[in-house]
Amino acid sequence: MKSKQLYQEVILDHNKKPRNWGHLDAPSHKAEGLNPLCGDHIWVSLNVADDRVAEIAFEGQSCAICKASASMMTTKVKGKRVDEAEQLVDEFRGMTTGSLDASQQNHLGHLTVFEGVKDLPSRVKCAVLPWHTLHAALHAEASTSTEGEEDPVPGSGIAASGS
Amino acid sequence: MSAIPAVKIRSAARAIDVARVRADFPILETKVNGKPLAYLDSAASAQMPQQVIDRLTRYHTSEHANIHRGVHYLSEKATDAYEAARAKIRKFINATEDREVIFTRGTTNAINTVAHGFGRAFVGKGDEILVSHMEHHSNIVPWQMLCEEKGATLKVIPIDDLGQLVMDEYRELLGPRTKLVAVAHVSNALGTINPIKEVIALAHAQGIPVLVDGAQGVPHMKVDMQDLDCDFYAFSGHKMCGPTGIGILYGKASWLEKMQPYEGGGDMIMSVSFEKTTYNTIPYKFEAGTPPIAAAIGLGAAVDYLESIGMDAISAHEHNLIAYGTEALSAIDGVRIYGTAPHKAAVLSFNIEGVHAHDVGTILNDEGVAVRTGHHCAQPVMQRFGVPATARASFYLYNTVEEIDQLVAAVRRVQEIFG
Repeated sequence: MKSKQLYQEVILDHNKKPRNWGHLDAPSHKAEGLNPLCGDHIWVSLNVADDRVAEIAFEGQSCAICKASASMMTTKVKGKRVDEAEQLVDEFRGMTTGSLDASQQNHLGHLTVFEGVKDLPSRVKCAVLPWHTLHAALHAEASTSTEGEEDPVPGSGIAASGS
Repeated sequence: MSAIPAVKIRSAARAIDVARVRADFPILETKVNGKPLAYLDSAASAQMPQQVIDRLTRYHTSEHANIHRGVHYLSEKATDAYEAARAKIRKFINATEDREVIFTRGTTNAINTVAHGFGRAFVGKGDEILVSHMEHHSNIVPWQMLCEEKGATLKVIPIDDLGQLVMDEYRELLGPRTKLVAVAHVSNALGTINPIKEVIALAHAQGIPVLVDGAQGVPHMKVDMQDLDCDFYAFSGHKMCGPTGIGILYGKASWLEKMQPYEGGGDMIMSVSFEKTTYNTIPYKFEAGTPPIAAAIGLGAAVDYLESIGMDAISAHEHNLIAYGTEALSAIDGVRIYGTAPHKAAVLSFNIEGVHAHDVGTILNDEGVAVRTGHHCAQPVMQRFGVPATARASFYLYNTVEEIDQLVAAVRRVQEIFG
């Protein structure tokens, strides 16, 4: 895998002009994701209403792969039901770790541009971090802080809280 | 590509025949994505020449047994080779005695040995340990752990915008509470060569011992323990063409005698009963358990190899490469170099405007260029310069100007991709 294939127009565009950049003032769910190895550090906040992701935003400091992944994630899950968002988390994780073949039936759509990351083991965490952070946020019990309890990526620090 | 000005070649030392040197390193023939590998990551780990690989093979093939144990043929052969390696390293760093050269697992292990053995004996509540802002985590964390345990305080010598120690501040920080100064000889993240002799002399003037983290020093320049007069000096084998898993703690015998061993076990004892254990003499007191014998012998072979090339010649060669690389990268718009001290080793830490270092590293890899990206285990340095990470190219005796050209072309490729 050449990274040229990974650094495609769509990824470079989302890196340059990230969608849903920022944070929500009073989110129902939020989480912080940190990859201590490379320093990627992002925050995902969302409002869940009627079991749907009504609003979602992210911000942070990260490489292009992480930022584009986060940006495309937010556009993808906005308006989706929580269980659909969770399914996307699973599928994205499966695609980037090689357990899901992107040519098979899935719901990832444009997100398959990240498929090539599975051949760059040192960069998988960059692409997956936003998704794990989303997962952590969704799993936070409303009004309960789960900080320190939820770490779906061993070796990375993800803290989630609901409010 | 803009023209790169010719760099004046230092004439003091005999030049390196790089083509001949490269022929000793089979791994440099590697192709990455169909392109020749430009291995610019020796500050993380240097490659081993065939001479070292052959020495390891010979040991494993015909000399291996446990050391300091048996009376049989192989045990004596292994013991002789192990102790011969110690003697070579003693001579290489010009320590006074072989027993001042302790085999460790590496620099980190060497520093922890001092933090434990010296720290527990000589550091107490209210005392201070002095480190610098440019230290590798391995010369920060052991001291932090010690300070926490003892109620002592970690003090930090600041660095300036060029990445140099602020010596006036250093003088101010030295005081009656300072129990130890622990400073890098050469910064792994910035390349700065510290005025280590002056650092040591200033501390000694107040009776304070000094530990030097020499992980990036010994591989690249002649170091002389007696001339530096440092109390401890730590370095790693794998950064100087030796194997991983072996390093050295040099310590003045007078300190080592007074220190507690870091680990207890076999080989580090004189006698053991359930009532009392008497420790072995130095250096064995600090070498508990079966050491990495092959790696120690391999490190001895690495010393032979470096001496056959000549440390002055290696330094001069690296000086030319860093001068060339600095000029070439500085000439590219949007590239910022971190660590611009006039006195620098062959480390070039940089960022490309608007591109995260990890993206730089991935694209450089496509072009066959191996650099380190990240915080280089020196997060305080990254904080000092306000960046999360940098890309770091580092050069050694086998690197060439052509490889730097390959780096420059790859950096331009990153800029093309990121527009």
